[in-house]
Amino acid sequence: MIEFINFVSNLAMPLIIFIIVIYGFIEKKEVFDKFIEGAKDGIKIVINIFPTLIGLFLAIGVLRSSGVIDIVIRLIDPILRLINFPSELMPLAILRPISGSSSIAIATDIMKNFGVDSQIGIMASVIMGATETTLYTIAVYSSSVKIKKTRFVLIAALTADIVGIITSVVVCRFLSQSFS
Amino acid sequence: MLNLIWPIFIIISFSYAIFSGNLQNLNSGIFESVDNAVNLSITMLGTMCLWSGIINIANNTRIIQIINKMLKPIIKFLFPEIKNNKKAQNEISMNMIANILGLGNAATPLGLKAMETLQEENNNKEELSNSMIMLIVLNTASIQIIPTTIIAIRSSLGSENPTSIIFPVWIATICAGIAGITITKLLIKYVNKRERL
Repeated sequence: MIEFINFVSNLAMPLIIFIIVIYGFIEKKEVFDKFIEGAKDGIKIVINIFPTLIGLFLAIGVLRSSGVIDIVIRLIDPILRLINFPSELMPLAILRPISGSSSIAIATDIMKNFGVDSQIGIMASVIMGATETTLYTIAVYSSSVKIKKTRFVLIAALTADIVGIITSVVVCRFLSQSFS
Repeated sequence: MLNLIWPIFIIISFSYAIFSGNLQNLNSGIFESVDNAVNLSITMLGTMCLWSGIINIANNTRIIQIINKMLKPIIKFLFPEIKNNKKAQNEISMNMIANILGLGNAATPLGLKAMETLQEENNNKEELSNSMIMLIVLNTASIQIIPTTIIAIRSSLGSENPTSIIFPVWIATICAGIAGITITKLLIKYVNKRERL
């Protein structure tokens, strides 16, 4: 199973590139010129979002290294206890929408401490697989077109995250109950 | 939004670090974050140019029309406002395919290209349009068939069954996607109504 999935995931990207290039070649398009033309746009996009990345990473970095995040986690803890959310997963649930690299670090840490195949470890993996770094995505997408007024996008995206995280926990609980 | 959140984050962090005597950590945190941002941008520069180039080839061939035909019902439902914008439809289709296949580093460049095209026909250039919001929400919900990153981490930690999470991930990501799409649709309706009154 794992070999097959590895094979499929390794195949996906090369296959897409291959099919597109083959199509261009068969239809006798100037494939390389088109590629260069597009790649130039890529540089523009990265330059547009670079300042945002610096600003965003700085804000998240100081929030984490100053210890403010730990306080926020302690404040939200009672609420999550109320809905019977596993407290081991809390730091992950809070950091997941904010920072990609630190949520990967926390998820890895949880899996190491509780066991990769323990219920908590599996829940952490599912949360990681089912959600995205929301704040980063919103900031990068908006700043790439220099938009500051983002209307209700944060509310909508965070709702999706909360639903995703809660469903992850519920599904894992349900599966482990019905198999044990 | 960020004009408010950003200074608040910084002010709270700096004051807390001073009160709790955590200045040394804060100091290293600042430089670490800036370094991380530079590293990410350099990595991104490569994939961004690669995928912008590839999509530009695709845009000039018939393959994009085939993909579009496949995704047409979904795009029509999610993005009713871009009916006549072929270019935006193409780029959103490619972004969706990259997301579904779990190609995170291809999805972002393709999504950002779509944002650029959507901005061209945005009536208010200062504000996200409805289609832009839907695109962002779809990308934050990350609907994917194979969650490659987390499977790689699991197998590196010696899991007996690294792929056992795929099925639960499908359910969770589909629920998250449906919730995101529903609330976006509802908010679009509600906000439009309010603007008309």
